[in-house]
Amino acid sequence: MAGNAAIDLTSPPRQEVESVVIRFSGDSGDGIQMTGGRFTDTTALAGNDLATFPDFPAEIRAPAGTTYGVSAFQINFGARDIKTSGDAPDILIALNAAALAVEIPDLKPGGVVIVNTGGLTEKNLRKAGFEGNPLEDGTLSNFRVIAIDISKLTMEAVKNSGLKRKDALRCKNLYTLGLVYWMYDRDRQPTIDWLNKRFASHPELAAANVAALNAGHAFGETAEMADGITPYTVAPSHFAPGEYRTVHGAEATAWGLIVGTHLAGVDLVFSSYPITPASGVLHALARLKHFGVITFQAEDEIAAICAAIGASFAGSLGVTSSSGPGMALKTEALGLAISAELPLVVINSQRAGPSTGMPTKTEQSDLFQAVFGRNGDSPLAVLAARSPSDCFEVVIEAVRIATKYMTPVIVLTDTYIANAAEPWLIPDLDRLTPFPVEFRTDPEGFHPYLRDERTLGRAWAVPGTPGLEHRIGALEKDYDTGNISYDPANHQRMTDARGAKISGIADDIPLQAVEVGEESGRLCVVGWGSTYGPIARAVGNLREEGHLVSHIHLRHIWPLPRNLVRLLRGFDKILVPEMNTGQLLTLLRAEALVPAEGLSSVTGKPFRISAIEEAIRLRLGG
Amino acid sequence: MTVVTVPDTMTPKDFASDQEVRWCPGCGDYAILKAVYKTLADVAVPRSDVVFVSGIGCSSRFPYHVSSYGFHTIHGRAPAVATGIKLANPDLSVWVVTGDGDGLSIGGNHMLHVLRRNVDLQILLFNNEIYGLTKGQFSPTSRVGTVSPSTPMGSIDNPVSPVAFALGSGARFAARSVDTMQRHLPMVLKRAHEHRGASFVEIFQNCIVYNDGIFDDFTDKEVADDNQIHLEHAKPLIFGKEGEERGIRLKPGVIELEVVRLGEGGIGVEDLLVHDETNRSLAVMLAAMAPPEFPMALGVLYCDPAPGYETLVRDQIEEAKARTPNGDLNALLREGYTWTVG
Repeated sequence: MAGNAAIDLTSPPRQEVESVVIRFSGDSGDGIQMTGGRFTDTTALAGNDLATFPDFPAEIRAPAGTTYGVSAFQINFGARDIKTSGDAPDILIALNAAALAVEIPDLKPGGVVIVNTGGLTEKNLRKAGFEGNPLEDGTLSNFRVIAIDISKLTMEAVKNSGLKRKDALRCKNLYTLGLVYWMYDRDRQPTIDWLNKRFASHPELAAANVAALNAGHAFGETAEMADGITPYTVAPSHFAPGEYRTVHGAEATAWGLIVGTHLAGVDLVFSSYPITPASGVLHALARLKHFGVITFQAEDEIAAICAAIGASFAGSLGVTSSSGPGMALKTEALGLAISAELPLVVINSQRAGPSTGMPTKTEQSDLFQAVFGRNGDSPLAVLAARSPSDCFEVVIEAVRIATKYMTPVIVLTDTYIANAAEPWLIPDLDRLTPFPVEFRTDPEGFHPYLRDERTLGRAWAVPGTPGLEHRIGALEKDYDTGNISYDPANHQRMTDARGAKISGIADDIPLQAVEVGEESGRLCVVGWGSTYGPIARAVGNLREEGHLVSHIHLRHIWPLPRNLVRLLRGFDKILVPEMNTGQLLTLLRAEALVPAEGLSSVTGKPFRISAIEEAIRLRLGG
Repeated sequence: MTVVTVPDTMTPKDFASDQEVRWCPGCGDYAILKAVYKTLADVAVPRSDVVFVSGIGCSSRFPYHVSSYGFHTIHGRAPAVATGIKLANPDLSVWVVTGDGDGLSIGGNHMLHVLRRNVDLQILLFNNEIYGLTKGQFSPTSRVGTVSPSTPMGSIDNPVSPVAFALGSGARFAARSVDTMQRHLPMVLKRAHEHRGASFVEIFQNCIVYNDGIFDDFTDKEVADDNQIHLEHAKPLIFGKEGEERGIRLKPGVIELEVVRLGEGGIGVEDLLVHDETNRSLAVMLAAMAPPEFPMALGVLYCDPAPGYETLVRDQIEEAKARTPNGDLNALLREGYTWTVG
C-alpha cells in the first residue's frame, strides 16, 4: 500500500490557508500528546506561529475505549499571529469511537474528520455510546470525512519490523502524523531524528515508527481523497527577527527561576511535592543540577514549603510550587514566611476546584486564595503569567520582588499555561539587568527586623555570619529589636509595616499599560492570566470591525499598579472575563469602586474567543 | 558558605541569649537548656555556625534562649525547615528542638521522613507525655488512662514510643537521657553532635504543672539505680545497686530479653548481652524495655552512621557538574530545536 508514491503524478494543488486548528484525539494510551508535541515542533520549524492545548484525563491509562479515557491535543497555527489554541477545530483526527463521540460536537461545520475505522469496532462503538455506525447513519453528514483503517494500514506498514502485534499497533499515531504532515506539507525529518534519538536503545521501535510515519505520508500522496479534501499550505508567520524555540509553561518557569536567582546572585533550592499539573516544574529543574540547582521532593506540601523557607533563612532562595489543594496545605507556612519576612517564591499552577476538582483541567479560581487566603492580616505579592513564555519573565520578576522586599511572592499560572506550548523569541540573557541581593554582614546597629528605609524590607542576615546571631519566628516581633513582643501598639505598628511594605511594591513595578485600544472610552476588557489569548483575539477582531474597545491585562495582581484605578475609571463599562465566578472582578470593584461586570467560564477549558466577542457586542449595543 | 574561624574558648554562659526565660519555675526545660549550653561549649562550634530550629510548644521556645542563630517556626514543621537549612548550607550545625506533641503528633510525618532521609541534624525530643502550652491535654506519648481536660475519663489511645518510632523510621542514631541528669545528658548530646546524619535524642522531661513525676518510676533517686540501665558500647548490659547487680540477657529459646540477677543460678557477666550500638534489632528490644519489669535504657541505643542526605544531594550536584561542565544559561535556553527568523 505504502510504497507506491512513484505512480502518483497528479498531486492535487495545495490550498493556501491563513490559519488552521487541528485536534488529535484517541485513547489515553494512543500517544496523542506525543503526536501533538511532534506536530508542534515541526510546525514551529516551518515558521508558523502557534498555540497548543493538551487536554487529557487524570487517569494515566483509563480503560481502553471509554469516553472518559479520551486524550486530545489541539494546535492552532498560522501565517498570522496566533493568540489562542483556537475555538473549534477545522480538522479532527479520531483514532477510536470514543474520541469521535467526545470530540465531534466541537468540530466546525464543514470541517474535516479523519476517522480510524479500525477503532470503530462494534464493542468500541457501543462503549462510546453510538447506537449505529456514525459513518453510515448521518452523524457525520455535516463534515468532510476521511474514513481509513489506520490500524490495519499501520500493521501493514510495520509488518517487517518484527514487533509484536500490540507494539506494532502502537505506531498508529505516527501513521496518522505522517498523513497530517502530508496534508500540511510538513517536513518529516525532524520527527525522524527525534524518533531515532528517543528510541536509540530500541532501534527496531525507531524503525517501525519511522516506517509508520512514512507510510501515512505516502498514503496522503497516493490515495484519492473525497471531493473537497485537498492538502493545504500555511505560509510562515511574520515573526520579529531573532532566534526562536517552542516553550511550555513548566519549562519557562523552571528557566525563569534559574535565570532569576542568577540575576539575584543567590542559590536556588526548589522544594516541591508532586501534584498535577505543577510537577512539570520539578521535573524540569531536577534535570538541571549542573547549574547548581537543588531540587527536593518533600514528603508533603507542607514540608515542601517549610524546607523552602528554611533554605531562604539560610541564604538561598527557597521556591516551592503546587496547585490549589497543595496551596491550601501551604497556607500556614506562607504566614510564617510573611511573619519571618523571608523571601520565597510560590508557583501555583491552578486547576479546576474546589478540593480535588478536575486535576487536569484548567481554571483560574485561586486568586482570592493567593491574595487573601491566610489567617491574620498577611499581605504578600501576587503575579500572574499570561502565556507559557510569559512565565519566564514573571518568575524573574517574582524573584526580584521576593529578594528585594523580603517577602513571599505567589505566581499564578494554570493547567493550560503549564502544559501548552508556543514559539518564543529566546531572550538575550546578557541584556537582563541583575538585581544582586545584599546580605547583611555588619554587626554594627544590627537587629533582625532592621528595615531598609525605602523598601521596608528587613535585613537578610544569614546563619554562618559572625556577629549577626539572632532568633526569629512566627510570634510577633518588636519593631525596634526583633524580640518577641505582645505590646498592643507594637502589633499595630508591625501590622502596618507589613502592609506598607507590600503596598509599596506598587511604586517599583511598571504602570499598567493598555494592551490595545484607547486609554479611556466606552468599554474596556480587563483580564489576567491565560485568558490573555482569547481576550486579545476577541478585542482585536472587534476593533478590526471598527468597534472602540480596549484591553487591559494584569501581570501584577497584588499590589495593583498605581495607575490602574485611574485607567478603569476612564471607561463607561468594564468587562472582566475570568475562568472563575468573578474573583478579579470583586477585587477591582473593591479597589477601584467601578461598576465592572464579569464574564465567567468554568468548563475546565480555555475561553472561547466567540464567547468574549459576544459579551463585548452585547455591551456595545450590537 | 561559612567562613570557618577558630573559636576562642567558649563557656556555657556564652551560649545564653539576652532573652528572659519564661518556662514555669521548676520546669525540666531549664535543666535541658543548661546541658545544651555545656554541650555547645564542649563541642566548640562557633556560635555563628549553630542554628536552633523549633516548632510550637513549651520546648519550642528553646531557640530564643540560645545565643546562636534560631528559628521558632510553626507546629510540627521544624524538621522540614531544618532540612531546608541544611540543603542551603550543609556546614551549619543544626539542632531541632521539639516535644512529644510537636514532633510525634502534628509533626509525626516530618519526623518520619527527616529520619529516613538521614539529614544531618541533632533532634532533641523533649518528652513530657503531655501538652503543656495548651494546658494539659494528653499527648501521643501519654500512657493509657491519662486523665486530662480532653480525657476526663482517661485516655484510651495507645502511646507511641519515640525511640521505637525513630528506629522504625530508619534513624541511624537513637539515644535517651533525662533532663536532670546533668552529666549524662551533655555526654549524650555530644555523641549526637558527633554523629553525622540525623541524631534522635529522646529526653525525658518533667512537666511540673501538668504531669509532675510521670517518670519518677525510673528517675527518682530511690529507684534510679534499679530502674535505669546506662548503655555503653561493647560493655555488658548490667544495672542495679552495687552488690545487687542485675543484667539483661536473651531468654533461652525465644527472641525476648529478660532480667537476671548476677550470681544467681550460676549466672555470670559472660551470660549477659553485650551492648552493640550498631545492632538495630538489639536497639529495638532495648527501646521497648520499661519499668517495672525492665530498667529504662538510657544512653546511645543505636549508632550506625551512613552518609547524610545533604551530603548525597551535594554529591549529585557535583556529579552533574562534572558530567556537564560550564553550565551556560544561554545554551540552556537553546537546547533542542531552535530556528532563526532573518
